[in-house]
Amino acid sequence: MYDTIARYLKSLFLLELLGGLAVTGRYLFGRKLTVQYPESRTPLSPRFRGLHALRRYPNGEERCIACKLCEAVCPALAITIEAEPRDDGTRRTTRYEIDLFKCIYCGFCEESCPVDSIVETAEFEYTYERFGEHIMTKSALLEMGDRYEQQIAASRAVDAHYR
Amino acid sequence: MSELIVVIWTVIKILAVELPLLAAVAWLPYAERKIIGYMQIRIGPNRTGPRGWLQPIADAMKLMFKEITIPAQANKFLFLLAPLIGIDAALAAWAVIPFSDTLVLSNTNVGLLYVLAISSMGVYSIIIAGWASNSKYALLGAMRSAAQMVSYEIAMGFALVGVVIGAHSLNLGVIVNAQKGGILDWFCVPMFPLMVIYFISAVAETNRAPFDVTEGESEIVAGFHVEYSGMAFAVFFLAEYANMILVSMLASLLFLGGWLSPFEGIPVIGEPSIFWLLLKVSFFLLLYLWFRATFPRYRYDQIMRLGWKVFIPITIVWLLLIALMVVEGWAWWKV
Repeated sequence: MYDTIARYLKSLFLLELLGGLAVTGRYLFGRKLTVQYPESRTPLSPRFRGLHALRRYPNGEERCIACKLCEAVCPALAITIEAEPRDDGTRRTTRYEIDLFKCIYCGFCEESCPVDSIVETAEFEYTYERFGEHIMTKSALLEMGDRYEQQIAASRAVDAHYR
Repeated sequence: MSELIVVIWTVIKILAVELPLLAAVAWLPYAERKIIGYMQIRIGPNRTGPRGWLQPIADAMKLMFKEITIPAQANKFLFLLAPLIGIDAALAAWAVIPFSDTLVLSNTNVGLLYVLAISSMGVYSIIIAGWASNSKYALLGAMRSAAQMVSYEIAMGFALVGVVIGAHSLNLGVIVNAQKGGILDWFCVPMFPLMVIYFISAVAETNRAPFDVTEGESEIVAGFHVEYSGMAFAVFFLAEYANMILVSMLASLLFLGGWLSPFEGIPVIGEPSIFWLLLKVSFFLLLYLWFRATFPRYRYDQIMRLGWKVFIPITIVWLLLIALMVVEGWAWWKV
């Protein structure tokens, strides 16, 4: 009985609603958390999974040995690999393509790679202007690897302790 | 010739009221985005112009250059008529709104009745828009809106009857002057519950959060204006914000003493002034935005319950109380 009356009075005098208004009213004057993106950025984890890259060894030899583990593990079937023996007898890819429209950026390719060849960089600001540009060819991937090698190596070194 | 001058002079007077109103309508969404942003710990639009002040101009340009698409199965005439009815109703009501003792377009004795009659026309715009779009979401939104606006008009009307009993007039200027004599003589003191119910009903009438089931973007996409784009949509938008300002204006005229100062008797700041009126209107507009930032949307049956089973009984009881006060001479304000 007492509870019912209390409940009625509470809703009649809009007490809970006023409490809600007080909360938003406080936030009106609070410090704002917005990060103004192009000028300032949020920190990225060393495990950030952005645009892909193929790495090389320091002597310039490409790491990929065409084992096709990444192609097999890729849940989105985004990776296409064709391979042939090279003149010196080692197995190398003749075609290594990632369809970025299919890719879900899960990072399984990177996890599966036995030679740390395919990696995902911290690069996430990219666009395509023509149809077809969304398929990353082997040369584009290797170029990404060359351009971001320092960053890739640094983030791998930071994360190595936990692997 | 002299008739022509009268007509031109009237048009100038109309423009003097409507142009500042439209400017206010343009910048109210900016204020809304800023304030709601601040309440959500964001900073809101700040890229267009200093601190985002030119955002409304950018928005207007965008809307003007967008294509107005008309669905193939829609009734083209009614589809384009609906937003015009909406903006007409929202702007025509300003004819009788006084801004000070002398600053009023048309000082009629049925001012309040006229405002109620004209603002009720707004529901036609929504129903016609929903029907003419020939889309299920639009029709659902229009039906919800019709039921909601009809229900809340009753509670709102009853709340206003209290004011009319208190002031013995339907003339808005007379109603304001009946509240002369300091803050205790304002109708918000004896009629506080009526003011609260009036404003909540008004929020429901203008289909704003938390009563925006008409729009209900998470359930029926955008309700009655799903199919509208470009300027046709912008006109609906303008009408909604003009209605918000109108309703806030009415609330400040009827309950907060309009242009009267809260410090009556003190020199300079005690003088009645249009700035007091604008201050009170801004307060009610802030409440609108504050509600939107705070409350989740009501469920449809809850809206109906609130309107019919809570607001109408309370207003009737308070109405009787006010009538009793006036008849028995207990009223302390000027009757």
